[in-house]
Amino acid sequence: MQYGYYPGCSLERNAGAYHDSTMAVAGVLGLQFTEVDDWNCCGATEFFSVHQMQAYALTGRNLALAADQFAPKAALPVIPVEAAETPQLVAPCSACYLNLSKVDRYLASSPELAAKVNTALDAGGLHYDPGSLRVRHLLDVVVNDAGYDAIAARVQRALTGLRVAPYYGCLVVRPGFQGQFDDPEYPTTLDKLMRVLGAKVVDFPLKAHCCGGHMTQISEDVALELLRRLLKNAAEYQADVIVTLCPMCQLNLDVFQSAVNRRFGTNFNLPVLFFTQLMGLAFGLAPERLGIGKEFVASRPALAKIGTSGEVEQERAVGKRAKRRNDQSLPMPYMPEEEER
Amino acid sequence: MSNDQDQIPPISPPHASPDEERVGVYVCHCGSNIARTIAVEDVAVWAEQQEHVVVARDYKFMCSSLGQELIEQDIQAKGLSRVVVAACSPHMHERTFRGACQRAGLNPYLFEMANIRELTSWATDDREAATSKAKAQVKGAIERAVLQEPLEPLFVDINPNTLVVGGGIAGLTAALELADSGYHVYLVDRDSSIGGQMAKLDKTFPTLDCAACILTPKMVDAANHPNITLMTWSEVVAVDGFVGNFSVQVRHKPRYIIEDLCTGCGTCIEKCPSRVLDQHFEVGLGYHKAIDRNFPQAVPKYPVIDTTHCIYFQRGKCRACQVVCPTNAIDFTQKETFEQLEVGNIILATGYEQFDARRVPQYGYGRLANVFTSMEFERMVNAAGPTSGQVVLRDGVSAPQSVGIIHCVGSRDKNYNEYCSRACCMAALKFAHLVHERVPDAEVYNFYIDIRAAGKHYEEFYHRVLEEGTHFIRGRVAEVTDAARGPGEEGKLIIQAEDTLIGKQRRIPVDMVVLMVGMEARHDSRNVASTFGLGCDFEGWFTERHAKLDPVVTMTEGILIAGACQGPKAIPESVAQGSAAAARVAGLIGRRTIKLEPVRASIEAAACSGCRICNNVCPYHAIVFHEAIKISEVITALCQGCGACVAACPSAAITGAHFTREQVLSQIDGLLWDMQPGVLVLA
Ligand SMILES: Cc1cc2nc3c(=O)[nH]c(=O)nc-3n(C[C@H](O)[C@H](O)[C@H](O)COP(=O)(O)OP(=O)(O)OC[C@H]3O[C@@H](n4cnc5c(N)ncnc54)[C@H](O)[C@@H]3O)c2cc1C
Ligand code: SF4
Ligand code: SF4
Ligand code: SF4
Ligand code: SF4
Repeated sequence: MQYGYYPGCSLERNAGAYHDSTMAVAGVLGLQFTEVDDWNCCGATEFFSVHQMQAYALTGRNLALAADQFAPKAALPVIPVEAAETPQLVAPCSACYLNLSKVDRYLASSPELAAKVNTALDAGGLHYDPGSLRVRHLLDVVVNDAGYDAIAARVQRALTGLRVAPYYGCLVVRPGFQGQFDDPEYPTTLDKLMRVLGAKVVDFPLKAHCCGGHMTQISEDVALELLRRLLKNAAEYQADVIVTLCPMCQLNLDVFQSAVNRRFGTNFNLPVLFFTQLMGLAFGLAPERLGIGKEFVASRPALAKIGTSGEVEQERAVGKRAKRRNDQSLPMPYMPEEEER
Repeated sequence: MSNDQDQIPPISPPHASPDEERVGVYVCHCGSNIARTIAVEDVAVWAEQQEHVVVARDYKFMCSSLGQELIEQDIQAKGLSRVVVAACSPHMHERTFRGACQRAGLNPYLFEMANIRELTSWATDDREAATSKAKAQVKGAIERAVLQEPLEPLFVDINPNTLVVGGGIAGLTAALELADSGYHVYLVDRDSSIGGQMAKLDKTFPTLDCAACILTPKMVDAANHPNITLMTWSEVVAVDGFVGNFSVQVRHKPRYIIEDLCTGCGTCIEKCPSRVLDQHFEVGLGYHKAIDRNFPQAVPKYPVIDTTHCIYFQRGKCRACQVVCPTNAIDFTQKETFEQLEVGNIILATGYEQFDARRVPQYGYGRLANVFTSMEFERMVNAAGPTSGQVVLRDGVSAPQSVGIIHCVGSRDKNYNEYCSRACCMAALKFAHLVHERVPDAEVYNFYIDIRAAGKHYEEFYHRVLEEGTHFIRGRVAEVTDAARGPGEEGKLIIQAEDTLIGKQRRIPVDMVVLMVGMEARHDSRNVASTFGLGCDFEGWFTERHAKLDPVVTMTEGILIAGACQGPKAIPESVAQGSAAAARVAGLIGRRTIKLEPVRASIEAAACSGCRICNNVCPYHAIVFHEAIKISEVITALCQGCGACVAACPSAAITGAHFTREQVLSQIDGLLWDMQPGVLVLA
């Protein structure tokens, strides 16, 4: 399967591990990612509130470049236009994905806005017709196009014993956007992917809460408190690693973990990895190819648990099925997904 | 419809040639409903100039008695032979005007209605366009009317037996009322006991009388009533026929108990070694045996074997129940049986199901141990339930010191169901009261959008609960989580909600959360609807003939609905509908015969090629094929006049009375009058 690939600034710098592992995993799954030529920054989370028009134009330029580069070129005249598939643009970063799909949708719903943005793009000889790209998040493509079954078939070294807290962050499932692929309140695709890889997924109630974004630069108090809540929650559920799908989330949780510990007197030691890194490990790829070791909070000790039983002392929830004598507890509700595994 | 229509035989003028017909046209203002958008006077003046038309008038309300008298006077004074009324939908008033014609001695099928309200004045604001469309509709009606033929209604006998499907409180009420009036009732329920959802409840709002105390006597009455044949563990699989004469096939699922021998002693239940979670009656909070009944007072008293959990059925060993049964009532070899019933009317009272709380994952049901659904809580407070009425946490022993009750779970929410489930606010108030009663020092928080307490003594009950010290927080809950932020939240469930009255986000730590899940149509309501030939709305609730004026009758004659299968409702309304449906049926049976529309298809034998296409097209199985002479024939009593076969017949051998080819084509020509000025090509 062919996709346009928009890496975004982070993947060239701090999240190089995400880029490397994405490419490695895509190779195994037969997903072909071609980078957009001459792409620029997506505007990140804040530019839209600073200079709205410029932000639309900034992201619009990426859309225009991609649409031009990936449009089906030599379509035979006999093939009706609708039959030719809309080219797809994949973004691994949640902010890039949200901005690209948001701008595409806003331009489609407001012809005036589209006209203004195109006036700006015209200065560079570019033009974008809204709707001519389908913007998707990497996770969506991996689980829905490659599919859980194909992934399961590639697993060489199941992540048995590793307790994973799946962290989605708040951008990827923002409700109502084109390309939305999971429940905005309580997403589960990443949970399912981790189970397919053999990991033990711990309940992680804060999975879709905010990591603070760029608040670390603006108000450290706010950001560190948000991060503390996430780390505390993952630690309470005895996670060995937090797995993420966004370079911003990864950076905040990983790099600022020591700052959280200093501020609150805690001693969290939770490695934060990208889902593609764990996929690569399960596929039997060498850790070096996946950027493992680049994180601040070292993941090797946690990863050493792979292959162990991974059971922790006591399950938190009372009333689980196994009943002991004199146990008066009431049964827990039946959950169909649990049976699936 | 007035009753005397049934008696007075209509006097019809001899059928003249279309050219000699004398048509009266009446254009209704419908107050301002039509007159605001259509120039009704113009239409009337124009109509009077049309061929065949003897008189045309416009009038404020044609359906009023004065309006109807206008028609009657004209028929008699001006010798009208056809009447056209341009007004609302025939669903509203076709019967009214047919009645007027009949009273004046004109055969009621020589009347035609043009719907210029729903189809025209309500559909646009463009006065000019609406007026010209109204003229076209009137022209079409005139052209059709002149070709109409007098028809005589069909009379069929009504079978006095009634089938009631569903033995919840609505169905029980309907069955008992009919039985008490002396009519025989077959009461079919797919469950092993009657009682429905109400049998699971503890106390009932607003009076707090115990559900069992008011329900079980009715259940026992139904079982013992000489006029009721009770069929539990049974389902209707096929329905044939029409009002007055339905033929129904019932499937009796095997109980594996010989009912004639079983005394209901319960020894088998006691001795059965297979104890499993009861997902049905105890909604997963309690256990039952592989051989069991829903609850000790179940009616009938006979248990049922759950074959998926019976050790004998699964592994061929055990038979403990058979060994202990003192009357040898266990029969593992029972097979399902089928029974054919003949009934005149059918009342559906199949009730509702609960919304699945797992669909709102942010509320934690199934993940967080101490999140319960309303029905789980209802079983918990029930003295006969899994905790013998004690309010406890999932550990089965500790009483909650604080309880959060979340309203509108799955209701009033665009992501799930947009409608209000109607009974859950009151049930939530009842729960708040019961927590205070069982755990006196516990704090109770109700998170609500609005309190819907519209009902007799409902608001008073709300005030009572307010005075008991329940906290009310107005706002939809964002999430229920165990992710504590500070010491006060450790080990608790935290309910995060916006308190819209003070405009602040609040986090309330509690020990127990109760989700007031909404009501949904039964998962198979669409299949049931198609078995019985009635309609469902988008959400799966059965559609009534008229939401306000005819809530227990459906578009299919002889099929009635009652209770929560028609939409969410509490016990009082369910009972009211059960009674109403019974009264309607009793009224019909009392007439002994029923008048059917003579709008039926017939096959001209000489033109039929015997291709049998129509045989399969007819949705009512009304067409038979005579193999010997290779010709199809319509059984008039079964035909519903849908017209499907008329359109399907490649030899044009089938005619639908009142919808003949000539009538329909000339109506079309009339509608297109301004496209072909002067010339009317009659097919
Ligand atoms: C938690 C909770 C608390 C409540 N508390 C109160 C209260 O205190 N007071 C109050 O007034 N109301 C209360 N209600 C509402 C009350 O439950 C309903 O109003 C009432 O049960 C509706 O009765 P019904 O007969 O219409 O339907 P049901 O009770 O659902 O009965 C339907 C019957 O039809 C049977 N059936 C279904 N489909 C078929 C089929 N295809 N073939 C054969 N049989 C079939 C079922 O087995 C069942 O026996 C409460 C509801 C809930 C959820
Ligand atoms: S089947 Fe036998 S043991 Fe069981 S309730 Fe009936 S009579 Fe008693
Ligand atoms: S045969 Fe089945 S129903 Fe009877 S006692 Fe054994 S497990 Fe229970
Ligand atoms: S009755 Fe109350 S709780 Fe139930 S849906 Fe309506 S408003 Fe919500
Ligand atoms: S009109 Fe024809 S298809 Fe329709 S019910 Fe009558 S016989 Fe059947």
